[in-house]
Amino acid sequence: MSALSALARLEAVRAGRAQPVATVRHVHIADAPLVLVPLKLAGEAAAPLAVMAGAAPDAPSLLIVPQPRNRDQRFAFAASLARLVLNHVETHRGEVEELPGKDGEVRLRYGDAPQLLVPNRGGVRFLRLLGRSTRFRSTEGAYAVDAAVPVLGRWLTWFADRHDHPGSSLLGAATELLRLHWATGQSSLEDGNLAALMGWIDPPDGLDGPSAAALAEDPVRWPPAGPATDPTFDNEVLAPAIAAYDRSGGDARARERLRAAIETQVTPTWELMWRAVGLLRALPEAAGVARRWERDRDAFTHYHQTFGEAYPQARRDPPVRAARRLHDLERAQEAYEAQRAFDDPLVMAEQRLTGAAFGGVVTECHPERLDETGKRPKLRPLLRVATGDPVRLEPGTPVCSAARPALKGRIVEIGGGGVLVELTGGLGRRLVPEAGVVPVEGDRVCFTSRTEGSFGIARFPDREDTPWTHGGPPEDYVPTADDAREDWS
Amino acid sequence: MTETAPDLDRLRGGAAPRNHDARTIAALTANPGCARRGVMDAAGVDKDAVARALGFPAPFGQSQFAITRGNVFEQQVKADGCAELLTLLREGLGLDVPEVAYDDLETVAGNEGRELRHIRTRRLLARALETGEGTLFDHPLLRLDIGGRPAYLEPDVIAFQFAGRFHVIEIKSFAVVDGQAEPEQVAAAARQSAVYVLALRDLVAELGHDPERVSHEVFLVCPENFSNRPAATPVDVRPQLAVLRRQLARLTRIDDILAELPADLTFAPGERLAEAVRTVEARYAPECMAGCEMAFFCRDEARACGATGALGRSVRDDLGGLDTIGTALALADGDLDPAADLAETAAQLRLASLLRAEALENAEARRAAEAPPAPAAAPAAAIPESRAS
Ligand code: SF4
Repeated sequence: MSALSALARLEAVRAGRAQPVATVRHVHIADAPLVLVPLKLAGEAAAPLAVMAGAAPDAPSLLIVPQPRNRDQRFAFAASLARLVLNHVETHRGEVEELPGKDGEVRLRYGDAPQLLVPNRGGVRFLRLLGRSTRFRSTEGAYAVDAAVPVLGRWLTWFADRHDHPGSSLLGAATELLRLHWATGQSSLEDGNLAALMGWIDPPDGLDGPSAAALAEDPVRWPPAGPATDPTFDNEVLAPAIAAYDRSGGDARARERLRAAIETQVTPTWELMWRAVGLLRALPEAAGVARRWERDRDAFTHYHQTFGEAYPQARRDPPVRAARRLHDLERAQEAYEAQRAFDDPLVMAEQRLTGAAFGGVVTECHPERLDETGKRPKLRPLLRVATGDPVRLEPGTPVCSAARPALKGRIVEIGGGGVLVELTGGLGRRLVPEAGVVPVEGDRVCFTSRTEGSFGIARFPDREDTPWTHGGPPEDYVPTADDAREDWS
Repeated sequence: MTETAPDLDRLRGGAAPRNHDARTIAALTANPGCARRGVMDAAGVDKDAVARALGFPAPFGQSQFAITRGNVFEQQVKADGCAELLTLLREGLGLDVPEVAYDDLETVAGNEGRELRHIRTRRLLARALETGEGTLFDHPLLRLDIGGRPAYLEPDVIAFQFAGRFHVIEIKSFAVVDGQAEPEQVAAAARQSAVYVLALRDLVAELGHDPERVSHEVFLVCPENFSNRPAATPVDVRPQLAVLRRQLARLTRIDDILAELPADLTFAPGERLAEAVRTVEARYAPECMAGCEMAFFCRDEARACGATGALGRSVRDDLGGLDTIGTALALADGDLDPAADLAETAAQLRLASLLRAEALENAEARRAAEAPPAPAAAPAAAIPESRAS
């Protein structure tokens, strides 16, 4: 948070409507994302009650567990969900691209990747736990489950893992994605309610943000977006319907009544999800999105191609893997934030506010200036930028252009409402700059001291070389009979 | 303390006082600056009823599935004289627990009076401290000083005596999966346990013993992974204890607040209830939603007067502590000359406002330039094309 995003909230209060905090879309939105609206049984960690799922607004499938405490029914549900999710994964790989890899080998990258969208962070957590509770299951022996169940578990675990990766678009929570682009006039706690958040961003005709959000807080009108259900619905509708189903001995009509009751709880959220997708899709895509999606496709290709040889993800990461992962996440976070700022002047404004960047109009320009103090002359154009920003940078600080990060320079002096910048890179190879690369008088420019990927390269031992202080080389996690037998009650 | 006691009865409008539990106390410390809550809690006012009467019922309904699950798990752990619990302590944590006695302090010969129950708790714990007699004390009734007044606590916990020390055991039905649980739930449980540790320590000290005989290590008993099998996790609540102590000390002195209030103030139901509630100053923050029954009422009030706090504490901090949205916006717009102590905040807001406007205008201009011509403009755009062909 910063004064900038706080101000956006105040403006939202004043306008009675959400205000943008981004001018471009910073997330990839697939042509046909798989939208999942999961519900779980209250009081349980990951006892599924239902999932509404589908890759098009008009074609949802509703899977339910009529008696959520029944183990067989849970696994039957997991098997149906598995078929649905795995089918989506297999049909969203796109064309295979061949890229030059290391040592002249060919590296493959799928042209597309599956994208999963859930309503909120609770939905992500639920998928993670569902993945954990299914990935170690055995398809043989006394506790055999459908072959698709452990496969689903591994994929869900993988998706949840990618969600932790800053800038990844493989598994998204609608509330998070929306909040990345809009600020509302309510607190972030209330923003966690998808219906209220959408009420501020896109209020129905005749309503403003606050009144739409107020309606959205009524669980009768807008059932919670899951995975937790409305307690009143549980007590007054769901519990009697489950009891009736139990009494009927699994009668089809009782099941249908139960299904219809659950449907009333997920359908509003389902519609909200697709409206949210539409709103996000309508924003112009940021330049960095395609690049980050490429990383996502790389990760997907790798996981998909090695799926057959690998074991299910361990219960806990061994130390070196955990350290490497943390490092990777930090690096990704930094790169992601930097990219967003380069892509979006409204995000860059944060840096200008803190004085790490500055923007203004070029008032003086010497595009062909040479630095002749060394043995050979070097091209070092000078720019003076008039700015009202509170620049907090020392002379000598390296900076780069926000519009074209390859254009590099360093600060020579600051003062008198302006900054003098010496350009040092991204000018071409000759002693005259390439046409159009040096800004001219009257141009609006923005320079920042933050560069992408300032983090060093990870240096961690290979897994075989894990030091004994960290337990020595980890064994592969091989699921045991106990894993397969684990209760899921 | 006795001086204001009648006032407190009047505040409740004659209704019986409600007991505190650790949740309410932990929540109290989450918002120590709130006089409204302090007064209502000190008087044992039924805030839930007040909120309902005001038309802002608290959304704290619980699903029967969750209640059943919690009860079943607790009963299971406590069945047969806490057989499962003891196995856990002995085998799971490797404690060498000898002979076991289990005392349930919930009822005293059919009479559940708080004083009687508290006396019984004191007596049994005193004996335990002297002689080491007794192992598991279920449902002790404790007392804690809140804002200068004693509050009774009815914890649903077990005080476990082992090797001369007491440990708090709390049974919770949220799952611990691969050694991890939902952080908010663990944090809430740790905060509550800290309240019990503090209350137990007070009692032990009152009985003339070293308060450190109550351990800062509590045991959380939760279902493991996706099963009903309990697992015990030791949790060090020293950080929570430190926060709690600090907050309780800071808690606005209730008696001082009461002295400022009109003598005939009462929270009894009636036409003037809302007015009465408003008389006592609140300090709403979104965190109230998780812990205070008055939250919807206070939020409405905070929003109506344009309080920045309703948007979240961090927003208020980012605005340099400005309390009202109107002032912050006026400073951002440059429509208000800031007082000297606000100059820095005002400059930040003004700049933020200009930067936002600049970025949004440029984006708008870019979008207009890139957008396909709108239908009305289409004929104009078509002319040069037709000429070219
Ligand atoms: S909800 Fe109201 S009474 Fe309760 S703590 Fe918050 S401000 Fe105080």
